[in-house]
Amino acid sequence: MEKKEPIDMNDLDPSFKYEIASQPGGEHIMKCVQCATCSSGCPVASISDKFNPRRIIRMAILGLKERVITEDFVWYCAACYTCSERCPQDVRIPDLMSAIRNIATKEGHIHPAYKEQGRLIGEMGRLYEVTDFENQRRKKLGLPQLKEKNDEIDSIYTKTGVKKVIT
Amino acid sequence: MKYALFLGCTVPVRTMGYELSTRAVMKKLGIELVDLKEFGCCGFPLESIDHDTYLSVATRNLAIAEEHGLPIMTMCSACNGSLLKAHMAMNDEKIKSHINDTLTPLKRHYNGSIEVKHAARVLYENIETIKEMATPLPLKIAAHYGCHYTKPSEIYEGFEDPEVPYSLDDVIRAVGAEPVQYENKKQCCGGAILGIDESVSLEMTREKLQHVKKTGADAMTLVCPFCDIMYDVNQRRIESHFDEKFGIPVLFLPQLVGLALGIPSDELGLRLNRVPVRSLLKTLGD
Repeated sequence: MEKKEPIDMNDLDPSFKYEIASQPGGEHIMKCVQCATCSSGCPVASISDKFNPRRIIRMAILGLKERVITEDFVWYCAACYTCSERCPQDVRIPDLMSAIRNIATKEGHIHPAYKEQGRLIGEMGRLYEVTDFENQRRKKLGLPQLKEKNDEIDSIYTKTGVKKVIT
Repeated sequence: MKYALFLGCTVPVRTMGYELSTRAVMKKLGIELVDLKEFGCCGFPLESIDHDTYLSVATRNLAIAEEHGLPIMTMCSACNGSLLKAHMAMNDEKIKSHINDTLTPLKRHYNGSIEVKHAARVLYENIETIKEMATPLPLKIAAHYGCHYTKPSEIYEGFEDPEVPYSLDDVIRAVGAEPVQYENKKQCCGGAILGIDESVSLEMTREKLQHVKKTGADAMTLVCPFCDIMYDVNQRRIESHFDEKFGIPVLFLPQLVGLALGIPSDELGLRLNRVPVRSLLKTLGD
């Protein structure tokens, strides 16, 4: 097991939990009683010790902001909502993970996989490029043609300011 | 009944067999599907990046459906969850007006009237018709529900039981097949973290393939393109990665229903499936 160092109180940001609570999806963070119902039923946690929702919530409430937003564990939530259905305190963990990811993104720590997805959706209006090739293939199968590009999402990005964080 | 078919990003490019079979089966059941070219991404991946952007991108699609006065039918479970969650968020007048402000430059506006339904739910709701029309399939089928088809349950308002889901098993019975039960049936496919940690993701997929294999099922059936990419498209990769043999055919639910309704396998896109379904079709005497 990795050697742990004591937590230095000077490294804590006590306002982090309030920042999360003011973000859509993060409203219920303070209800957590650390019962670990989430971690015990989590399909990702059952395979990898990189993800442990109960631990992330504890770290966030404690104020370990720097670690929570810069390390990649918060991006391991598969948003399967198993924990959300079972949480006795209605913490809504996948939405909470999204709230933390939103904060990480704002502070320049978006995961590269999400950054790339965000870029593609902005540029094309969809996650996968549609070219002549795809449309030809669809035509052969008797499926209707797809619009190759859609500018409307790019315009939404400009309005919400998200363009800055993904380019 | 008439729906606007919401294709999303993955289905029309990577799992065309799902689209073909959905269109063919709905037609057979007398359900009309309309294509709206302006539909785009459902917004699901953006929820992790910026909540306002997610809501705006999702609501944009709801506004387009509203312009045409049509309910939405989705094939992807993530699209379904994403659109429905945005629709519910619009119940808050403050959020609705804020999001509509973002959509104003696009000349779009959402009032909040659109119903969003998963294609599998529509099949479940037509189960009596399916039963009447079906030629029974002598197959053992393992249902994979995935996550967003049933959860979060608050957005589905009583449709399905997230702990003991039943609708796919009921449709399997309706086509005369036998739904097999297996360990950890509700387990997530792992697709959501494929881009984050491939080995963890593939291990999640492998576990379920092992559990299904033990039951001796003839095939799995599922209702989401992401799940299909994990179990069908990546099955061979998982086999070589873990040096393990599965060979489990994976059918989209409309492909299974389509077979029972006598729709030719070509029209169901069965030759696009990665794990060969030949032996399955042989069992059915095709």
